[in-house]
Amino acid sequence: MTVSAKGDVLVAGMPGRGPALVLQAPISFWGGVDPRDGRIIDGRHPQYGAAVAMKVLFVPATIGSSSASSVLLELVRGGVAPAALIIGEPDAILLLGLIVAREMGWEPPIAVRLDPEHFSAFCGRTVEVGSDGTLDILEGGSGQ
Amino acid sequence: MSVLLAADERALAAGQDGNAMAMRIVAESARLLGATRLLPIASAHIDGALYHGDSGTLFAEKFVAGGARVAVRSTLNVGSLDLSGGCMVRLNKPQRDMARRMMRAYVALGCEPSWTCAPYQAGHRPARGQDVAWGESNAVVFCNSVLGARTNRYGDFLDIACAVAGRAPDCGLHQPDNRIARIVVDVSGLPGRFFDDDTAWPVLGSLYGRLVGNAVGVVAGVAAKPDEDALKAFGAAAASSGAVGLFHIAGITPEAPDLATATGGLMPDTRIVITPAMVADSRRRLSTAERADRIDAVAIGSPHLSLAEFGRLERHLAGRRLRVPLFACTGRHVLEALERERRRAPLEAAGVTIVVDTCVVVTPILAEIKGGVLMTNSGKFAHYAPGNTGYATLYGSLSDCVESAVSGRPVLSEPLC
Repeated sequence: MTVSAKGDVLVAGMPGRGPALVLQAPISFWGGVDPRDGRIIDGRHPQYGAAVAMKVLFVPATIGSSSASSVLLELVRGGVAPAALIIGEPDAILLLGLIVAREMGWEPPIAVRLDPEHFSAFCGRTVEVGSDGTLDILEGGSGQ
Repeated sequence: MSVLLAADERALAAGQDGNAMAMRIVAESARLLGATRLLPIASAHIDGALYHGDSGTLFAEKFVAGGARVAVRSTLNVGSLDLSGGCMVRLNKPQRDMARRMMRAYVALGCEPSWTCAPYQAGHRPARGQDVAWGESNAVVFCNSVLGARTNRYGDFLDIACAVAGRAPDCGLHQPDNRIARIVVDVSGLPGRFFDDDTAWPVLGSLYGRLVGNAVGVVAGVAAKPDEDALKAFGAAAASSGAVGLFHIAGITPEAPDLATATGGLMPDTRIVITPAMVADSRRRLSTAERADRIDAVAIGSPHLSLAEFGRLERHLAGRRLRVPLFACTGRHVLEALERERRRAPLEAAGVTIVVDTCVVVTPILAEIKGGVLMTNSGKFAHYAPGNTGYATLYGSLSDCVESAVSGRPVLSEPLC
């Protein structure tokens, strides 16, 4: 296992492990991600149809509505949240979904800030995100 | 960076009740936003009562069970049900019950049952310079830009938490320095007749949002004086294509009596000159339907229609009957006036479905039609309809929308730019 990057922890949560899903364009969670199953439903997004559930989700930037946190909270409650969120530009609206999840007693995934220039190194790999914000590529991992 | 809570705020946050939960959520958000302290707010507009799943209902009920109550005037954005109009929302029983429970919980917290995304046209207009905590992207951008009150884009949960705590994180657009325009968007190169078309402002807003993202910009070189509904349409389109929280229009909006004031007397970072080709491209992007040979429904009213906009709808209708359903979304503040003036029944007799307290992109109202096409004059509907309703969009003016609904086929007049 090689240490690949170290980000800043934005919201403490469970360490996460999963295939990397590196978004190629900014996303609006509301209207962009189905709160029931975590699929990308914005037809204009290049990764339309991809599932965020159980992925280490790399989000370069977010756009749009102020209801993003609700969608993320619903994903956490429904067990279809990303395994970890790696965010280029911290979006307090989105991350609030994780803060509220904790208040409700639902364990949120960890959210880490990382410069998007590091994102592409994780494409197609399986990634482990530690509670200190360290991102490791797992050898032999096969993401998508 | 850590947040410095006042002694009373710290004591509150340590408790077990709903007020404690509110203070913790506000303080945690302040940390994420990089704010070092909280500031008192004068009002709130709450976007959190829209049903996205059971978790939102359970959250609101946890506040109610914890004895929380809003500390400032708080209006409510749309919910998922039409409580006062005559429109059928196709939510199944368990979701319908949860949506209703959620709406009840927010009212139990002391929020006003305004159920509109245009609270600023329903009597909730904070004064210039006041700090408030507003949610819903179009309401936020209008509050900042047109009213000159100060709010960040408060998302679900934080809006109600701020309303209960009576505080908000002191950062972003609450701070005067962050309200200065860094980008000048120059529209003086567009033909003057462009602004005669009622699609001008939403099309321009959609382009503006894509160009500036979350930066503060100022539109310069506007030949016409937009009315409040045009500013509403511009802001809503801008806030759905980009994360726009505040715009200025030189000579029009309160913090931009002229270009130099809007930019704080500083040299802007960027100057973007808008060309007719950019506008044409922006207009094209609002339509996702591959062919303009059918429509299944027309939707107007995002943001919610004002009484004046209903007047325009009636003038275009001119007593004719519709062949395709037209959904006109509005708030109960407008419905009451329509009923008082005996205008509701003729509209409904013509085939208009008045959707109240909610709208067609946030809850299932449109018929389930595979490959359906929705025509709209709203930049915001055009942006969200494909993902939220499954309909492809066809974008046109209000006149085109009405002519299409009357004839049953798309009528698209040549745009003026």
